[in-house]
Amino acid sequence: MSPLPDIEIKYTEIFINNEWHKADKGKTFPVINPSTGEVIANVEEATRTDVDKAVEAARKAFHVDSPWRTMQPADRGALMRKFAELLRRDIKYLAQLETLNNGKPVHDSMGDIGLSANCIDYYAGWVDKITGETIPAGNGHFLYTEHEPVGICGQIIPWNFPILMLAWKLGPALACGNTVILKPAEQTPLSALYCAALIKEAGFPPGVVNIVPGDGPECGNAIVVHPHVDKLAFTGSSEIGRLIQETAAKHHHYRVSLELGGKSALIICEDADLDYAAKVAHQALYFNAAQCCCAGSRTYVHAKIYDEFVAKCVELANKRVVGDPYDRNTEQGPQVSEEQFNKILGYIEAGNKEGAKLECGGKRACDKGYFIQPTVFSGVKDDMKIAREEIFGPVMSLLKYDCYEDVIKRANSSSFGLAAGIVTKDLTRALTITKRLHAGTIWINDYNTFWNQAPFGGFKQSGHGRELGSYGLEGYYEVKTVSIKLA
Amino acid sequence: MLSKLVSKQIINHGLRLTTRAASASAQPKLVIDRKPPVKFQKLFINNEFVDASSGSTFEVINPATGDVITEVADASEKDVDRAVKAAKDAFRLGSEWRRMDPAARGQLLYKLADLMERDRAYLAALETLNNGKPFKDSYNVDIPHCISVLRYYAGWPDKMNGKVLPVAGDFFSYTRREPVGVVGQIIPWNFPMILLCWKIGPSVATGCTTVIKLDEHTPLTGLYTAKLIEEAGFPPGVVNIISGDGPHCGASLVKHPDVHKISFTGSTQVGKLIGIEAAKLVKRTTLELGGKSPNIVFADCDLDTAVEMSHFALFFNQGQCCCAGSRTYVEEKIYDEFVQRSIERTKRRKVGDPFDESTEQGPQISHEQMDKIIDLIESGKKNGAKLLVGGKREGDKGFFVQPTLFADVEDDHRIAREEIFGPVMQILKFKTVEEVIERANDSDYGLAASVFSKDLDKSIVVSNGLRAGSVWVNTYDNFDPVAPFGGFKQSGLGREKSEYSLDSYSETKCVTIKISQRNS
Repeated sequence: MSPLPDIEIKYTEIFINNEWHKADKGKTFPVINPSTGEVIANVEEATRTDVDKAVEAARKAFHVDSPWRTMQPADRGALMRKFAELLRRDIKYLAQLETLNNGKPVHDSMGDIGLSANCIDYYAGWVDKITGETIPAGNGHFLYTEHEPVGICGQIIPWNFPILMLAWKLGPALACGNTVILKPAEQTPLSALYCAALIKEAGFPPGVVNIVPGDGPECGNAIVVHPHVDKLAFTGSSEIGRLIQETAAKHHHYRVSLELGGKSALIICEDADLDYAAKVAHQALYFNAAQCCCAGSRTYVHAKIYDEFVAKCVELANKRVVGDPYDRNTEQGPQVSEEQFNKILGYIEAGNKEGAKLECGGKRACDKGYFIQPTVFSGVKDDMKIAREEIFGPVMSLLKYDCYEDVIKRANSSSFGLAAGIVTKDLTRALTITKRLHAGTIWINDYNTFWNQAPFGGFKQSGHGRELGSYGLEGYYEVKTVSIKLA
Repeated sequence: MLSKLVSKQIINHGLRLTTRAASASAQPKLVIDRKPPVKFQKLFINNEFVDASSGSTFEVINPATGDVITEVADASEKDVDRAVKAAKDAFRLGSEWRRMDPAARGQLLYKLADLMERDRAYLAALETLNNGKPFKDSYNVDIPHCISVLRYYAGWPDKMNGKVLPVAGDFFSYTRREPVGVVGQIIPWNFPMILLCWKIGPSVATGCTTVIKLDEHTPLTGLYTAKLIEEAGFPPGVVNIISGDGPHCGASLVKHPDVHKISFTGSTQVGKLIGIEAAKLVKRTTLELGGKSPNIVFADCDLDTAVEMSHFALFFNQGQCCCAGSRTYVEEKIYDEFVQRSIERTKRRKVGDPFDESTEQGPQISHEQMDKIIDLIESGKKNGAKLLVGGKREGDKGFFVQPTLFADVEDDHRIAREEIFGPVMQILKFKTVEEVIERANDSDYGLAASVFSKDLDKSIVVSNGLRAGSVWVNTYDNFDPVAPFGGFKQSGLGREKSEYSLDSYSETKCVTIKISQRNS
């Protein structure tokens, strides 16, 4: 592996009120480069009292007479677009930083930052388009609704798309005029802290966006239980999501949106162009080192094309370039952490034990860092662990089917319901299967294509609520009905 | 002086400028170019500047002096045809414009807005030179408003959703909002830049292509903006801008079979002619026409604000606003006081060189307009209204008219019924709420109206009763891009700005796909 480029890490402190703070308890936590396993920085660790400070700052910034609340909507939008502009200005540096911390190939990081800037721009366009309604009532009344900002938003984001998840959270919250406390994942705080500096440079008033790096049990929990947080948004594992919902309810927080895990089914139909379908299946699973909540992690293949399709998947998996994420040819970097690395290897072992056929891969790749070989299991059965549980690693599971009614049932038999995909040329089949799948996003002849204007979120245990699009705004405003009685 | 302070606040507040650039105090001392060079005088078609095919040109006058500024290309039917061809080609299936990501369309509008912001001082000076409006208005009101309108529309392209429909039977059915196609847009001379942007915004946002005909009095800033459109990176043919007259150029645009929609802002008289022509080809038509808007001042108003805003409502832009508050109804109880204060305010109105910082009122746009205004003033005297201030031409160079005030005007006077489009204020007396609503509505127009009152209930009830597209309460001329603007009755058809404007630039297509089995 080539020596790592020299990337200066500029921000490692807690960002509150447009200022940098040291942790109250005086502790820091290490941040690891998953390509090497080495510590690259020590970041101030926010705990309860730091969170209290951040909430207080957000509260002040949300006061009805504050600059943020009295600003024209279009000026809010201008600040957001300025932030997007700065993301694009610093895209090269940020991409290097994101890759250093997360391990994804640099060209993927570049893509993520471009998408993040576009997302902020998209939501900046909403600021002056959020309308209430006047509603026809009896002659003696004037009846209307206002869509007001919900207030102080506590947002907890994961490590798989650090900057992009920050953009997906800040976009709708700021568009609606809220203030924010955002906790980046403890594995990947660095790009979020750099974004904090950009937010200050863009000109946001102090306290509008506060970023508190820290862990889940102390820092995240402090946000969830804080009495002055008005709304919670979490993206992460289903396990933690459940815990957050429970905890929130115990503390009388009812506004909770969750983007959790998935075990999304990709259905390859008998009439699919096999080369094209294999490419779709490959991207659907392996993209981002398979660290996608919506990864197509159950590939259902029609019996008629099964053998040929398996061979094509194996061929593509073997060709996948794993290695130094700073190398332009690399397609797959390391998994994000040792913990994830071990968990994935554990699933591979389970797959072997339960009788799936290991077609290729199955071991660690490279000698340093948390790299795993692109792995393919065929002959997978629905009741195997690798077919039921979210692996979050580069392990493809191929399952055979021969009846469409049956495969739909099998696809829906998961307790998850985040996404699904269908590869077919047949219009009626595509639309019919679409209608019957229990998934929040369905891709047809495609996978992992995201639009800022398209809502994303899960059925069942994959979550509650939608992000992106106009739907993404719904959790961030509160509806007030006003009824004026006329004399 | 209190009312001067109130006046400045009101200009800024009343027009609801949303750009930070509007805060003149934050800026370094501005050097005003009183002789801005004219850079573009040809027709803008397919991102190129071309002579009129006949080679003919027409003169552009400076209304402050009556002198000729320059000549610009005079588009004829042939040139309209060229421009429409360009727009049609840019709209063909598979074109760069049709295939562009919606968000990218928005980015082009943001870019155009940024370029306008860059060239704000130049554009404002050119607008003042050509139109005669005070530079401080062009600079602080017109151009910033243009920029905020473009930025508003820039956010729309990726947000115009259709619906998926719960139809009966085994069908998957949805609507698509498609661009209506090639649009022809005809704009007037009173707010050349603002109207240009009110037209460009929705056309680009919805994905249409357009041919815009500038008014023959005021083509200069529009032709400069054409250059900015090219610089911003719009594909050729998406926005075409031509200068020409109404009877030949405008008419051929309206009649052209390849233009799917017409948007016209101008007089009611011409609007009717356009409506008749467009109907022959079932052309989608939106019209923003004239008005004789009633401004109703109740005794329980804040009198300072009411006097100043009523003055502003009429006199702004030399009285050349379609929505000018040109019938000021004042409740009997405060009538004398109101008239007295209005006389004082009107006498104080400073008329002069529009580039002069202290000038509030520049010239009218043309000799013709000036004559029309003087003629209506004469009719006011003849009909028996009381002329209390002004009433004559100001000076003998340029087309200036003295700020004029009539009181004791009756509803059947010509000055109370006909659109004057000049600095002539009409004050009428009323007794009761029911009476004034009826009198206010007694007009073929219905563009705007206003209410001055502190009473919550009265404000709402009267607003509900007024037959006008915009009703302002305790303010006037609020033109936030978010709010729709347009007329009831003969003041027009359709709405500009806001989400409502998008509908007239869209066609709804319903697609129904048969599937083997539908489930809810």
